[in-house]
Amino acid sequence: MNDFPFLSILTLLPLVGAVVVACIPRARADLAKMVALAWSLVVLVLSVVMWIAFQTGGDRFQFRESYAWIPSWDARFTFAADGIALVMLMLIAVLFPIVILASWRDVDQSKRSVPTYFALLLAFEFTMIGVFAAADIFLFYVFFEIMLIPMYFIIGSFGGPRRQYAAVKFFLYSLVGGLFMLAAVIGLWVVGGHTFDFNNLAAAAGSIDQDTARWLFLGFFVAFAIKAPFFPFHTWLPDAGGAAPAGAAALLVGVMDKVGTFGILRYCLPLFPEASRWFAPAALVLAVIGIIYAALLAVGQNDLKRLVSYTSIAHFGFIGIGIFAFTTQGGTGSVLYMVNHGLATGLLFIVVGMFVARRGSNLVSDFGGAGKMVPVLAGVLFFAGLASLALPGTAPFISEFLVLIGTFTVHKTYAVIATAGIILAAAYVLWMIQRTTQGTLNPTLPTVPAMRRDITLREKVVVAPLILLIILLGFYPKPLTDVINPAVQATMQDVGVQDPTPVVANERVAR
Amino acid sequence: MEDLKLPEIDYGALLPMLILFGVACVGIIVEVTTPRRLRNTVQLSLAALGVIAAFVAVIAQHSTRTITIGGAVAVDGPTLFLQGALLVLGLVSLMLIGDRSLERGGPFVSQAAITVGSQKDVKQAGDQPGLTEVYPLTVFALGGMLLFVAANDLLTMFVALEVFSLPLYLLCALARRRRLLSQEAALKYFLLGSYASAFFLFGVALIYGFAGGISLGQVHEAVSNPQQSQILLYGGLALLAIGLLFKAALAPFHVWTPDVYQGAPTPITALMAACTKVAAFGALLRILYVAFDGVRWDFQPVLGTVAVLTMLVGAVLAVTQTDMKRLLAYSSIANAGYLLVGVLALNEEGLSSTMFYLVAYGFTVLAAFGIVTLVRDADGEATHLSRWAGLGRKSPLFAAVFTFILLAFAGIPLTSGFTSKFAVFGAAVEGGQTWLVIVGVLTSMLLAFPYLRVVVLLWLSEPGESTPTVSIPGFLTSAALAIGVIATFALGVVPAPLIDLTRDASQFVR
Repeated sequence: MNDFPFLSILTLLPLVGAVVVACIPRARADLAKMVALAWSLVVLVLSVVMWIAFQTGGDRFQFRESYAWIPSWDARFTFAADGIALVMLMLIAVLFPIVILASWRDVDQSKRSVPTYFALLLAFEFTMIGVFAAADIFLFYVFFEIMLIPMYFIIGSFGGPRRQYAAVKFFLYSLVGGLFMLAAVIGLWVVGGHTFDFNNLAAAAGSIDQDTARWLFLGFFVAFAIKAPFFPFHTWLPDAGGAAPAGAAALLVGVMDKVGTFGILRYCLPLFPEASRWFAPAALVLAVIGIIYAALLAVGQNDLKRLVSYTSIAHFGFIGIGIFAFTTQGGTGSVLYMVNHGLATGLLFIVVGMFVARRGSNLVSDFGGAGKMVPVLAGVLFFAGLASLALPGTAPFISEFLVLIGTFTVHKTYAVIATAGIILAAAYVLWMIQRTTQGTLNPTLPTVPAMRRDITLREKVVVAPLILLIILLGFYPKPLTDVINPAVQATMQDVGVQDPTPVVANERVAR
Repeated sequence: MEDLKLPEIDYGALLPMLILFGVACVGIIVEVTTPRRLRNTVQLSLAALGVIAAFVAVIAQHSTRTITIGGAVAVDGPTLFLQGALLVLGLVSLMLIGDRSLERGGPFVSQAAITVGSQKDVKQAGDQPGLTEVYPLTVFALGGMLLFVAANDLLTMFVALEVFSLPLYLLCALARRRRLLSQEAALKYFLLGSYASAFFLFGVALIYGFAGGISLGQVHEAVSNPQQSQILLYGGLALLAIGLLFKAALAPFHVWTPDVYQGAPTPITALMAACTKVAAFGALLRILYVAFDGVRWDFQPVLGTVAVLTMLVGAVLAVTQTDMKRLLAYSSIANAGYLLVGVLALNEEGLSSTMFYLVAYGFTVLAAFGIVTLVRDADGEATHLSRWAGLGRKSPLFAAVFTFILLAFAGIPLTSGFTSKFAVFGAAVEGGQTWLVIVGVLTSMLLAFPYLRVVVLLWLSEPGESTPTVSIPGFLTSAALAIGVIATFALGVVPAPLIDLTRDASQFVR
């Protein structure tokens, strides 16, 4: 079963789907939606099969495929997945059908072609799967750059009022990061022995001159820090997240930003172990600043989508400290955080999108007491908010807890400061919910006819799987941790750090 | 008195050039013997057939490595590769030049000497058929370029420089619309070009004084074992370089580029952007790699500074442009900077990656200017950027193609722009020129902005009142566009065959 070329088929499938959907004429919008949904479900099924075929105790990289591409540069179509990539691929496969269903009516009012929107979504899925499945740095870079194009057009063509500005800012920020990375990729290729293969490069990692390695690390890190985004490279995300259609915004923060943290784990750490350790204090400081600063900004937001974007930046701070704590718990917590954040913030964005679609406004001040009109939807928003602030019993709690204990064992100060971020998270989530759904009814709300309709069947189908997964993984994260743990351990081994003796009883994640 | 010994001439190796010069001469005879209504078809077919025949001759010579005709011409890997590239790009340019479907009479004027603005001028802009001398002129220019990249001594190189420059000066002046701009462009190009040629010639004289000979081999000998003052060497090299930097549009010798690119008839701009660049860099490569290899440590920092300056000037000024042709001109200046980064790697990868870049860029820029010819209103091409707003709404296919071209210029993967940048930057890091690569990457970020602005204009802006229409291209322009776009995509996705070809060809004979 392991010989089946899962990853290449998984990558190409959405691309073919995008072409098919793009060919559907404008007038047949419903057909385009159905095809896109069906296509993403096929991808989901294939991903589930791949998940089952993945051997938990097996090799670090599985499903390896390699095809010649540019022999004179030794660039190859190499795909391989470790546990980290596997869970991210699974998250992508789960989120896309949900987002497609959630976006069903989002662009009907648009002057643009509806099939184009869904084709762009599938094209985006293609680039996302490719970037996580690639095990050749050249191939990774290619996906890293071209993922901008579908998202650029999604934001620019189908977004809110400030879409042009947001789309261009998004593109330029990411491109700047990408070009830094290009310089680093070229440098790595030259000093790493003219190969792009991840395994070969990781093997040659020790032989790179110390200063060179630090510069190369920086090139990669800046690209990933912009993508993630970490403070102070984050300013594009609130604009992009605020302007993008809600579904696309869910993908933007739920999946695409994970490329940054994934890239740090997969490329920065194993390829430049010494540099990673050298830069770790700086990265930790940035991450901690990000947690507090973004949370404070989130508290002050009056725009729902921008608010959720800021919460994401804070969450990426947590992922960052988990990674750079260099403990297995912290690392596992971070990867788990990436998945759980995708589910929780994805849900939050989608629900916020449902509110915004009804009210026709992003502003918190345009709501108020909405729970009286749409009680079930308000309940879902409440749940999504609680998941997002990592309430025990929801999946994000596990990951946040792991990150914090993983960090606490080595960097007590950072862990303590980061914990303050949890309190701020409670503040921004609860205050947002209070101002939108609780309290006295905003008198303008009943004048909006759409606000009278509570959650529809389609919307129930959209949120149900996410809610189920968040609760399920909140109580039983083992299927994920079993897959993630060996990969994180291998990564920490690459970095050359040992876990401190466990101080938490019964937490035998380590060896 | 000794008997004069005639040099050996390898006619086979010279065949591509002989074919082109022959065809151009025949073209002049055809011009006076063919009836007017047939002239365009006959001339176009003749020129195209000549170029194709020359290309076949290049292919047939693919394994030739020789210096012939008394050391004047070197036919080696780079020569043959660049000649092949010039011929293919030249053929695509000919398609753009030959298109008569976009405008009555084509993009060229019928009588260049008529006073601008006079009644006769208005009449000829309206319905007179265009000049057909453009075909022999183009073929002459191409022939000169072929010789330019093959020249193995400095005088031959100078002659070739003039042979390909003079027709280009003329061609620049022949735009059907905006006659004044076109004439101004031609005059500027001619005057500045003459200065550059004079510098080049003076450089040849100094180098002759230094080396006691003009063949590149002799210069190489003299450089590695100097008998004369080094001042002659450095002065000569500097003056030679000025001549070549001018043709390649490198800063600070780039100032003619935007004016000439804007004023010249767009198909001629395309020819210059694609083919002149190949020729100029071909000659620069040969001079630096073959003759002056021994003083590489001396010229590398100077030319490195030139490259940095070029990239910065091109990128920064591209941001401020409001005219599509000027924008593309500054973009081509910046690209000349990237090419020079590849050249300065001064290793085999540098040579092969620069050649790869030249071909990749040539196809992309041909397609870009091809598209510029399509966006028209009643007064001809509408090149002001504001006029392009919202064209994506009206003509999605056209806008998609142009977006693709712009992404290629910006160096986004899956286009040849990415692979070629990767190739030259990789070679430069290999050659120890990391600082140039860093500047290259930084300017790429700057350059992305104007390209992106055009994409925004095309797709995200609302169409204005005066948005021009995109003409349905005729067969020739469509074919040229298709070739350019397909090559841009193919070289981005499967660059391996061409990379291998450039690697096999990356050995000069000395």
